[in-house]
Amino acid sequence: MGGAELMEINWQFMMTTLPLYQKAAWITIKLGFGGIVLALIIGLICSIVLYYKVKGLQRVVQLYIEISRNTPLLIQLFFLYYGLPKIGLTMSENTCAIVGLAFLGGSYMTEAFRGGIEAVSKTQIESGLSIGLSNLQLVRYVILPQAIAVTIPSLGANCIFLLKETSIFGIIAIADLMNVTQSVIGMYYRTFESLLMLVVAYLIIILPLSISLSWLERKIRYAEFGN
Amino acid sequence: MQNLGISVLFEGTALQRLFSGLLVTASIAFISIVIAFVLGIGVGLLRTSNSKVIRYSCKLYLEMFRIIPILVWLFIVFFGVTAAFDLDLDGKVVAVIVFSLWGTAEMGDIVRGALESLPRHQIESGKALGLNFWGLYKYVLIPQAVRRMLPGAINLATRMVKTTSLVVMIGVIDVVKVGQQIIERSILKAPAAPLWIYGLIFILYFLICYPLSRLSKKLEMKWEQ
Amino acid sequence: MNKENNQVLLEIQNLHKQYGETTVLDGINLSVHKGEVVVVLGPSGCGKSTLLRCLNGLETIQEGDITFYGKSITGKNVNWQETRQKIGMVFQDYDLFPHMTVIENIMLGPTRVQKRDKQEALQQATQLLDRVGLLERKDAYPRQLSGGQKQRIAIVRALCMNPEIMLFDEVTAALDPEMVREVLDVILGLAKQGMTMVIVTHEMGFARAVADRVLFVDAGKICEISEPDEFFTSPKTERAQQFLNIFQYHQ
Repeated sequence: MGGAELMEINWQFMMTTLPLYQKAAWITIKLGFGGIVLALIIGLICSIVLYYKVKGLQRVVQLYIEISRNTPLLIQLFFLYYGLPKIGLTMSENTCAIVGLAFLGGSYMTEAFRGGIEAVSKTQIESGLSIGLSNLQLVRYVILPQAIAVTIPSLGANCIFLLKETSIFGIIAIADLMNVTQSVIGMYYRTFESLLMLVVAYLIIILPLSISLSWLERKIRYAEFGN
Repeated sequence: MQNLGISVLFEGTALQRLFSGLLVTASIAFISIVIAFVLGIGVGLLRTSNSKVIRYSCKLYLEMFRIIPILVWLFIVFFGVTAAFDLDLDGKVVAVIVFSLWGTAEMGDIVRGALESLPRHQIESGKALGLNFWGLYKYVLIPQAVRRMLPGAINLATRMVKTTSLVVMIGVIDVVKVGQQIIERSILKAPAAPLWIYGLIFILYFLICYPLSRLSKKLEMKWEQ
Repeated sequence: MNKENNQVLLEIQNLHKQYGETTVLDGINLSVHKGEVVVVLGPSGCGKSTLLRCLNGLETIQEGDITFYGKSITGKNVNWQETRQKIGMVFQDYDLFPHMTVIENIMLGPTRVQKRDKQEALQQATQLLDRVGLLERKDAYPRQLSGGQKQRIAIVRALCMNPEIMLFDEVTAALDPEMVREVLDVILGLAKQGMTMVIVTHEMGFARAVADRVLFVDAGKICEISEPDEFFTSPKTERAQQFLNIFQYHQ
């Protein structure tokens, strides 16, 4: 096997293994989506806790953020999948994947939401209060519209980051893209074709998101600043 | 009461082996970080060049690492190079190659951001004070650029340390792999081994990364004027 | 014109406010009558802005009382949503909502807070906009306007709530000199129409022209209260004299 083999790309082979890759990509997307949605919810709740400085919970959230951001997802998954069952908490591999991703992602989403909330200046809030807006109306008409503009780029970047992190799910026996690639290489020795399909699969999953995010960022920048 | 298993941590050479695994992890991270920082400065300067071609190729280089997961890159180099050139690369070498390439790209972006954010009038004020080209760089531009770079750079270093956990997937005997081996050996005697071993590795990573992120925050706040 | 026989709108009694250890307002007493324009002058940091902010519930007070139409607006049980509709305030940094057009900014309060008929509110809004000469900018966004224009819109926004009293906190301090006049003219117009106002400003010429009474505040206390002509030609206290001298340049 050598460089010459590289030149003959076996398209037929790729066609036959395509279903495997499709299935694996689909699993990645589903698990990734689940983890992201959960992470967004965690992030929203935690950012509200931090903003209103809720007693007791504030410390817990801060601790959570530090732990989640300073440890790799791989270890978090191992701990969830192999460690927790030992104290009686067993979860399926899919559940572990989603929980792990949400645990990691929640802290990043919290930072994103917080950035948005804090971007709305105090004087804007006073301005709203001075025309008699209630707290709820303040959130709805003044804070939220402005916070979202700041938050969306960060949220989008976090989503892309989390989708990339899903590549690790193979270690807890999930038939994801990396696993499929490894098996295909192991069984058929079609290294180039399988790697190519792997890259294309991730491009298909992530590239559209990345491009839409850039487009969205540009649109928001225009709406806020007119340039 | 059944043996809780925490003693598995202290049995035999477990801790020593974990430590040697940690050393492997740390050395991969350290070497890659150093290479990335040095080359990254070069890439950063390139990205401020006047040539559109250079700028866009560098940006493309970065985007390749931003879109394709690092683990995929590890696979590409590990399996792909082996298949294409009949070379048998050690996982550690592959890791350093991939991480250095990734780190350089990211560092280049950080350096570019720092250079572009330097206010124009700093240069003008410096000239007004009579500084020549080198003086300008030494006393005005470089200190300011370094300040703007440091938080991002430390953040990158932390991320690179966390990402080294991936190398277990290409067969490197790092701290995670050692942990797995210890667990395999002692799982029959101490069923709760995974809890303690992975728990310990969890804490080890935290102990390395947390001080770095605190340092970065402290520097950011200190220089926030 | 002596308006001191009119009804008292706002009564401030023995107002004390502290920020931590520092006393910012040290026993302020003032009655503001209907139709009256009270101008508050004083050196920076003497507490003028804080005084205004206390009147609108943006600051808490430690001691004393403020009553509006006889009802207290200090303490915890004040319905600020209701009260702030009657006490309008315009800030130094105008703070229009950047994500809304001019007309949306103005209509937000009347339609959402006061629940008024949209057509009626729109009519008032266009009338007021026309009065300040900015009707053709009603669909513009704040970022497209100059500072002076934004400030005039901020005033219209506050006026559209039909307040009984208007508070102005150094509203021209952040403006380029050319734009100061257009804003002050609007306020002068309001004074002529009999709007009750409390104005904090640095513009001495304007203060003299618009005020019914001048309040000189120094270090949290009221140093002097007089009629404008009296204050500007022969101030009674030494501090006031020193303060006015800052603004004179002749030898």
